[in-house]
Amino acid sequence: MSQPFRLNKEGLINRNKKISFTFNGKKLFGYEGDTIASALIANGIHLVGRSFKYHRPRGFFGAGVEEPNAKLQVEFNGHSEPNVNATEMELVEGLSATSQNCWPSVNFDIGAINNFLKMFFPAGFYYKTFMWPKSFWYKIYEPFIRKAAGLGVASIEKDKERYEHKFEYCDLLVTGSGPSGLASAYAAAKNGAKVILAEDKPRFGGTLLTDDVSIDNLSGKDWAEKIINELKSMPNVTVKNRSQVFGYYDHNMLVMFERVSDHLEKKSKFTPRQRLWYIRAKETILSTGSIERPIVFGNNDTPGIFLSAAAKEYMKVYGVLVGKKPLIFTNNDSAYETALEFKKNNVEPIILDTREEHSSELIDEAKSKGIDIRFSHGVIVANGYKKVKSAKIGKLNKDKNSFEKIETVDCDCICVSGFWTPSVHLASQSGNKLKYEEKIDAFIPDKKKQHETSVGAANGSFTLEESLKNGFENGSNLSAKITDTKTEITIPNVNEKKYGAHDKFWCMPLPKNENPKRFVDFQNDVSVSDIEIALREGYRSIEHVKRYTTLGMATDQGRTSNLNGLQLVSNIENKIVPEVGHTTFRPPFTPITIGTIVGREVGMEYMPTRKTPMHEWHEKNNAVFVDAGAWKRPRFYKQGSETLFEASKREAKNVRENVGICDVTTLGKIDIKGPDAAEFLNRVYTNAWMKLPVGKARYGLMLREDGIVMDDGTTTRISENHYHMTTTTAQAANVLSHLEYYLQIVWPELNVNVVSTTEQWAGAAIAGPKSREMLSKLYPDLDVSNEALPFMGYKEAEFFGVPSRIFRISFSGELAYEINVKSDHGMFMWEKMMEVGKEFGNQPYGTEALSTLRIEMGHVAGPELDGRTIPSDVSLNGLVSKKKDFIGKNSLGREAFNVESRQKIVGLIPIDRKSSIPEGSHIVQDQNAKLPNPKLGHVSSSCWSVENNNPFSLAIMKDGKNMIGKKFFAVSPLKNKSIEVEVISSHYVDPEGKRVRS
Amino acid sequence: MLYIKCPYCGLRAQKEFSYGGDATVKRPNINEEVSSEDWDNFVYMRKSPRGKHIELWQHIAGCRQWIKVQRDTATHEIFQTAKVTEEIR
Ligand SMILES: [Zn+2]
Repeated sequence: MSQPFRLNKEGLINRNKKISFTFNGKKLFGYEGDTIASALIANGIHLVGRSFKYHRPRGFFGAGVEEPNAKLQVEFNGHSEPNVNATEMELVEGLSATSQNCWPSVNFDIGAINNFLKMFFPAGFYYKTFMWPKSFWYKIYEPFIRKAAGLGVASIEKDKERYEHKFEYCDLLVTGSGPSGLASAYAAAKNGAKVILAEDKPRFGGTLLTDDVSIDNLSGKDWAEKIINELKSMPNVTVKNRSQVFGYYDHNMLVMFERVSDHLEKKSKFTPRQRLWYIRAKETILSTGSIERPIVFGNNDTPGIFLSAAAKEYMKVYGVLVGKKPLIFTNNDSAYETALEFKKNNVEPIILDTREEHSSELIDEAKSKGIDIRFSHGVIVANGYKKVKSAKIGKLNKDKNSFEKIETVDCDCICVSGFWTPSVHLASQSGNKLKYEEKIDAFIPDKKKQHETSVGAANGSFTLEESLKNGFENGSNLSAKITDTKTEITIPNVNEKKYGAHDKFWCMPLPKNENPKRFVDFQNDVSVSDIEIALREGYRSIEHVKRYTTLGMATDQGRTSNLNGLQLVSNIENKIVPEVGHTTFRPPFTPITIGTIVGREVGMEYMPTRKTPMHEWHEKNNAVFVDAGAWKRPRFYKQGSETLFEASKREAKNVRENVGICDVTTLGKIDIKGPDAAEFLNRVYTNAWMKLPVGKARYGLMLREDGIVMDDGTTTRISENHYHMTTTTAQAANVLSHLEYYLQIVWPELNVNVVSTTEQWAGAAIAGPKSREMLSKLYPDLDVSNEALPFMGYKEAEFFGVPSRIFRISFSGELAYEINVKSDHGMFMWEKMMEVGKEFGNQPYGTEALSTLRIEMGHVAGPELDGRTIPSDVSLNGLVSKKKDFIGKNSLGREAFNVESRQKIVGLIPIDRKSSIPEGSHIVQDQNAKLPNPKLGHVSSSCWSVENNNPFSLAIMKDGKNMIGKKFFAVSPLKNKSIEVEVISSHYVDPEGKRVRS
Repeated sequence: MLYIKCPYCGLRAQKEFSYGGDATVKRPNINEEVSSEDWDNFVYMRKSPRGKHIELWQHIAGCRQWIKVQRDTATHEIFQTAKVTEEIR
């Protein structure tokens, strides 16, 4: 099978390796080194998609990152990826590409009817058309727009690929391996600098691969290869192709996207698909080159219309002709190189040059080769629907606003060149305010805000000689400042063609009574008339015009459209371009995959998993886990077919009746040491700490400076100057930072040290009326009587030969103890407890039972201490000292904290004693009241009281205890429930706290 | 991502630090009377300058020291970092 548009010899592809692929179901082949685009063009296929709004047929326009049209749905290596740029994606065996945004097919697309319903899609159509009636938006307009204006389809399959993140540091990062980038990297490398050279494309060299130049008597391509090989051999240089630097962030951090293996047919298991590099560079060379911009004319979006440099790249790099009857439409000399390349391959082009007849090195060469050149000419409108068939061309009058002569010529492609736009996105992202360079009608970098230097075409230097000189000098000077070494480099001799001046012509006028669409932004279907409408409707700022028309807002970020859009606005507004200004450049420069951003932080690797030393036991005993921060905690231990509700009830009941053990390792633990430790605690906690004896624990409450409760927990005096603080699991990290803040900044005079010991200790709570009996079996040699080890007592003793700490503290409200052993002994302790506890009916209990136990006792926890409550709101004012000062004390006197009607903690039970009250329910007087129904409070915690065998909740409610005895409704629109409730005390079980002291 | 020079550890990525607010606020002395106006100013009132700002950061994933950082809130330029016991001028 032959490829009708493939040249016989030209190109850098590997003709020894054929690659088969499909496009819209059709089997085709290309060669190794082809992109999807070059392979399709070689096969004579140009119609690849439909446009965004009007569903007009679209083909390829560029040969790389500038491509606005050819976005395909591509399946390869087991992926299905939308919006893949066909001009960038390399061919791999078995790849299957399909057109997007068309139905039923790209050749016959029903959506193209939009093309005839233009009144439906004027500028700002989103804002205008679908406003009325409002109820239509969700059900009719929005789904319709989504369907009609979509791009590709995201895969719903799990992404099985591996993505990686890499952090790198270097002296000099060079972004782009064209002549100026190569020169910079080479000079810096010779100075001994640590250099990273990044190239977006698979091949290094940039324009050296396509331009007819020589350097030191080598062709551009050979010189690039020589330099790259030398750089690769140097240990201080990292050279990366298929790697695009797409973002420039603060403090010279740049982010690079590396396509590691998308182009490989087979790869090893651990090779990532793509890699994200975070690069901190001391200096950055921006050698990102420039992108050709089009000239605007009628139907300029017809398939077969290319940028002139892209047409040349297809010939030189891929050995592919974009057409055999080309029209070259230009306002400058660079397109002549494309014409000469066609001629070299025995194709006869016609050049339409908007400039008046004149002479230059390239023009003379084209003339001498017999190429048909028509000066003062341009394309008015392209003819052909799915492919260019001919063009109406015109000879321009002197004013360039009218025509001397109009005729139609046959052609199968149009290669257009409207001069060059430096790629300044990275410079702009770095904070560099750009300046308008009259000479080239484009923006170039101005004063730098970070350590960046633009060189070569990215800085507006369009000759090879200047680019090389620029690159060598900057690379050498910037690196010499870092390495203190300066190696002399002779700048090579360059042979290149001299360009004449370009014409500042950018848009073809239309003859009277002709009104074809002239597109400025292909990807978002923004035409000249759309921008005119926006301006007529009063939009002035370029940022507003952009948003109203969506100019430059597509995934190509307006690479080929921004400047023409600006020209248009300037012309209509009678301003000059620099006054109009440019829109903001934002990362990423090109779309990157979500997988790359996520990297390895997915699934179990999303965050570290913290497991207690007893985790394996819990697993073996059917624990169902719940996440508590990064910790995994047993929520309940499932027996048979039990539900969460049944299991937690059983576990809680067993604690109330017998004894249970609970893994409390996850509680935050902080060791506090130093002669001023007592004074420090006295300032940190609301209650008094100066008189706590050694061997005693105390419950403490800490506030933020604004008086809001921050955390609670017990702290034990282990020895004279040594305390052991516990925090809630959730607040452990915050409390440590809080303590460090006061010790380091506010009271550095206090001689105290704090350190987290959370992971040093394994902890188990033993709770229930039989816990003392069980404890005495665990510590046969220890007096554990109420006198010897009273409530809030502390002892150190050996636990079957292992050192341990015994705290008599209780969260469940039952007689309870907490045992701590070194983490390594955690499993030993737990298994021993299970063994010894058997005769007392001991069962392990999880967080759900733990919650039940604390809720019915009226003990507050996270849901009550929610960052909005002060001590008196949660009945903890008994812990607030009136005598001493502490963190947050001054705030407690605020008026709003002391009004009688303030929301305070109460208990709720359903009137029917059956219906569970959903947490988060609002408490209202009248469940049928007109909205907004005044809210009196909210339900913070709910449980099934095992003591009273009915539901019970804690709530934070206006007027607090004054409401006791009254009836309200707890309403949960989320659960669609409304339950009549009665307010009772928050202490539902053992209000005097007798059990903990028994 | 900012690049912050911890006076104890050297240049480290922002990821290792957590932000701690205005470093020039001084807490009223403990155990001393304070007017409610002074107290409210300490708890709530902060300037939100565009430009130079001396602020606290804690090197939480490093040495755990609180440090002072003088940063431009608009450009993120960092002019100086110091230990909390040192002055930034
Ligand atoms: Zn540090």
